[in-house]
Amino acid sequence: MKLTLKIWRQNGANDKGKMQTYPIDGIEGDMSFLEMLDVLNEDLINKGESPVEFDHDCREGICGSCSLQINGEPHGPDRLVTTCQLHMRSFKDGDTIVIEPFRASAFPVIKDLIVDRSSFDRIQQAGGYVSVNTSGNTLDANAIPVNKQDADQAFSAAACIGCGACVAACKNASAMLFTSAKVSQYALLPQGQVEAATRVENMVRQMDLEGFGNCTNTGACEIECPKGISLENIARMNREYLSASIKG
Amino acid sequence: MSVLDSKVPKGPLDQKWTSHKNKINLVNPANKRNIDVIVVGTGLAGGAAAASLAELGYNVKTFCYQDSPRRAHSIAAQGGINASKNYQGDGDSNYRLFYDTIKGGDYRSREANVHRLAEVSGNIIDQCVAQGVPFAREYGGQLDNRSFGGVLVSRTFYAKGQTGQQLLLGAYSAMNRQINRGKITPYNRHEMLDLVLVDGKARGIIARDLVSGAIERHSAHAVVIASGGYGNVFFLSTNAMGSNVMAAWRAHRRGAFFANPCFTQIHPTCIPVSGDHQSKLTLMSESLRNDGRIWVPAKKEDAEAIRAGKLKPTQIAEEDRDYYLERRYPAFGNLVPRDVASRAAKERCDAGFGVNKTGEAVYLDFDAAIMRYGKEKALISGQKDASDATIRTLGEEIIAAKYGNLFQMYEKIVDENPYKTPMMIYPAVHYTMGGLWVDYNLQTTIPGCYAAGEANFSDHGANRLGASALMQGLADGYFVLPYTIGDYLADDIRTGRISTDSPEFEAAEKEVTDRLAKLKAGKGLHSVDYYHKKLGKIMWNKCGMSRNEKELKEAIEEIAALRADFWENVKVPGDLNTKNQELEKAGRVADFLELGELFAKDALTRNESCGGHFREEYQTPEGEALRDDENFKFVSAWEYKGAPKDAVLHKEELVYENIELKTRSYK
Amino acid sequence: MALSGLFLVVFLGQHFVINITSVIAPDTFNTWSHFMGYNPLVQYVLQPILIGGVIVHFVMGFVLEIQNRKARGIRYAKYNGAANAPWISRNMIISGGVVLAFLAMHMYDFWLHEMVYKYVESNPQDATRYYAETVEKFHSPVKTGLYVLSFGLLALHLLHGFASSFQTMGVNNKYSAAIKTFTKVYAILIPLGFAFIAVYHHLNPITQ
Repeated sequence: MKLTLKIWRQNGANDKGKMQTYPIDGIEGDMSFLEMLDVLNEDLINKGESPVEFDHDCREGICGSCSLQINGEPHGPDRLVTTCQLHMRSFKDGDTIVIEPFRASAFPVIKDLIVDRSSFDRIQQAGGYVSVNTSGNTLDANAIPVNKQDADQAFSAAACIGCGACVAACKNASAMLFTSAKVSQYALLPQGQVEAATRVENMVRQMDLEGFGNCTNTGACEIECPKGISLENIARMNREYLSASIKG
Repeated sequence: MSVLDSKVPKGPLDQKWTSHKNKINLVNPANKRNIDVIVVGTGLAGGAAAASLAELGYNVKTFCYQDSPRRAHSIAAQGGINASKNYQGDGDSNYRLFYDTIKGGDYRSREANVHRLAEVSGNIIDQCVAQGVPFAREYGGQLDNRSFGGVLVSRTFYAKGQTGQQLLLGAYSAMNRQINRGKITPYNRHEMLDLVLVDGKARGIIARDLVSGAIERHSAHAVVIASGGYGNVFFLSTNAMGSNVMAAWRAHRRGAFFANPCFTQIHPTCIPVSGDHQSKLTLMSESLRNDGRIWVPAKKEDAEAIRAGKLKPTQIAEEDRDYYLERRYPAFGNLVPRDVASRAAKERCDAGFGVNKTGEAVYLDFDAAIMRYGKEKALISGQKDASDATIRTLGEEIIAAKYGNLFQMYEKIVDENPYKTPMMIYPAVHYTMGGLWVDYNLQTTIPGCYAAGEANFSDHGANRLGASALMQGLADGYFVLPYTIGDYLADDIRTGRISTDSPEFEAAEKEVTDRLAKLKAGKGLHSVDYYHKKLGKIMWNKCGMSRNEKELKEAIEEIAALRADFWENVKVPGDLNTKNQELEKAGRVADFLELGELFAKDALTRNESCGGHFREEYQTPEGEALRDDENFKFVSAWEYKGAPKDAVLHKEELVYENIELKTRSYK
Repeated sequence: MALSGLFLVVFLGQHFVINITSVIAPDTFNTWSHFMGYNPLVQYVLQPILIGGVIVHFVMGFVLEIQNRKARGIRYAKYNGAANAPWISRNMIISGGVVLAFLAMHMYDFWLHEMVYKYVESNPQDATRYYAETVEKFHSPVKTGLYVLSFGLLALHLLHGFASSFQTMGVNNKYSAAIKTFTKVYAILIPLGFAFIAVYHHLNPITQ
């Protein structure tokens, strides 16, 4: 496969950055998208140019490191995959592929395609936990039965990998899907319900402070989420937030 | 008398940990506020340790190369976590978990450590549930279990195929609570480049800010290394791209002994290599072996036809299939331990029965399970005479509920539907049992330097059982280190803050900057990946699933030569003072090039076959591993003396007081 | 946003019910219009609330739009919004803007006229004038066309906005599918009805 890549190059946070075009050849359908970039980088290094920097780590779709806006969509055109699991068979010979970093004011670019997603960490730090000591002197794990449906739903919400595709896809760069997934996980489990009200208030406050946009329910986040996190979580968070605000 | 003192407490096995905890020194809460601890790595062991230590009152600094602690590679663990809860009432107990782990490790782990692991395993589950980890549950609201290899009970707790993710997010949430309280300062996108010793004690690290390139000095009263394993020495492994040995290796160079480097786990069920471009391998969880049956064609001509693309696996009749694990190991069948399953796959493929283009793959088939579950479901839902097609649909739904994400992952990578045609799998490097030598307190041979999780060597002997890595990481982090580190720090309550202006810090920083400059100064002939791939080929071909004296000797020579070539000719583009992924890789590969040689040397020294270490010279006539307890019932702990070839071997004799050593049999 | 939106949705329904009488029963239309025009509760309590609701809705709409654009920061060189969200949900500012412009015209046509009639010129009450005045407004084909176009965009605005407001208020459960279906029916029928009224009066002028 022969392709034309248009890649955002930005040498550091303070650089202005620009799109740059690279032709690439010899790409096979079995390669992952990142392996295709590996080929490009090997080529750039050998030519004495600086390789394209991008975040990646586990390359099996679970760590949430890889990002990349590919042809206008986070993690590319395929559904329910991260960029590392996107394979080149999704493209065809002669295609032009535009590769940009995830764009959001709350995700400033560090270099090339790498963005700083620490705003997500700060949202979690604001309340994304159960305040229980790690002493091990807790109740027996089976002491509180949890309805299977609730447990399954909590799991589905907890499956979020924190990649930021929801923010990248949203026309408003809103982080509601991410934040609501965490709020939901705890709201659905008896262990999390004790602090539910303060948790949702603190996490939403932090989310707003970070400069994410507002949710206008376009649903783009749900479609682009590599883990299929449902919009129901956003409704649940809104509900939790309303009830927390009313209770004061 | 060896210089190694394991510090295993006296007394009966099941009392050791309790009595040890009762006797060790404590630090009072006011003094803890004046003590700093550095934790390198934020996976299950590091994250759990950081959270627990901060909760106790210590000032903790965490370091990870990822952009968030939540992305440490523990997140990728799929299948589950063991605990001897005996919720299933199938005869499980602490002793049985202890026994299975020792036996699974082929009698090369320390009894007292393993028993402690079994003792605290139940607490881990309690703790995680209290943190809001959404484990799988049954309809009655109780926790569900499944089976893993090498055991005869169901003791594995799980959260679909994402158990590691959920446990890590649990530990990360505990960290977040402490970060929010100001007790943990996280240094993300930072890499430890050296350990600093002051008066023989670990007192800090030199780290590089991976964004700005700044070299930083960080001091502490103790340093915990929880940086994971070194499987990436093979280039292709199921580890994350960034997983590396740097933190552990730097500690080793500063005096921490490195134990059993050759004990590597080759996981039997990974997606086979598809081409030269491949950057990493993907694991298919061991839990799949609960329901999947492993086979190759019984006739060589069938295998050849499959390889040529003339025959499909579904066209091969039942009687023409060789379910070789069920044939060779009737008692454990498809659930034999990983080392056994991997070697059996290699044996069949080497004999010419492999089923993909390269001949290096076997089938993992869910057809029988789909039909079995489908039939059950049909009966429960009142369809007594359901057609095969209906049964199949029902069965596929159940398989999807159990392993959906793994099946999807397989389909994305291989572009074949595993519900309709068997998966192709092949062994791949997955985990390293070896690591920094630690005593019972998880302290390395450097006072004040601790190692936890995969980074230490302690609990899995020569082979780790499935779902035990998560258990060990969390046990070390939540329940062991917080006690044992206090015993050491009790002497430090009057020390006060450690200055980073000392000559020791100065010297360490200089070594680090010199090394980085040297990496940059290569002649620029080949990229870092070029060397990494070459090293990986040597390791896989000569130090992989089976090893022999001749090839190990060759490997030692070849790695040493490759290392010299690397330092002379490597090409590292970019600057030292910016984000520079090639520079990061170069530093890691440089350490792999040293470790790889020690690995081969260790394998060469161990003239026996045990667990994941299979020496062709030492096998039974049936091709099973031949252990030599008389001469090799010890832990190899290597002391750094410059070049890896000069490393000095220290032996920690293993004492088995509670278990009778037997030949491991899963027949 | 959701609350003011839902409030306006309800108002729209009420507005429609009165207007449709102009087609079915002009006398009823006159009676109801007169009641709405001179009842003190409607004039001095409900009317200001309604105006407030409209202002809150569009001011917040613009504020959100500005915040949301700021949240993106640097724009994408290529953004394939159509791949994951319908046009209407992404362009509420456009459909909303058109509806707002329409509202200005509509206020000029009817509301301003009423204010001048009642409070500036202090004309006497006449309970029979409304029907004729209304029909007169749709004499011009251009104006009628503008009205119909605006109702089209109103339909698009409602199609996303109505069901969306429930999601914002935390309702996402077994009733959500029903809410979505109702939204579709309501968002299409009501504007279609308004458009019908406008076209009807255009085609059936009073010829005395």
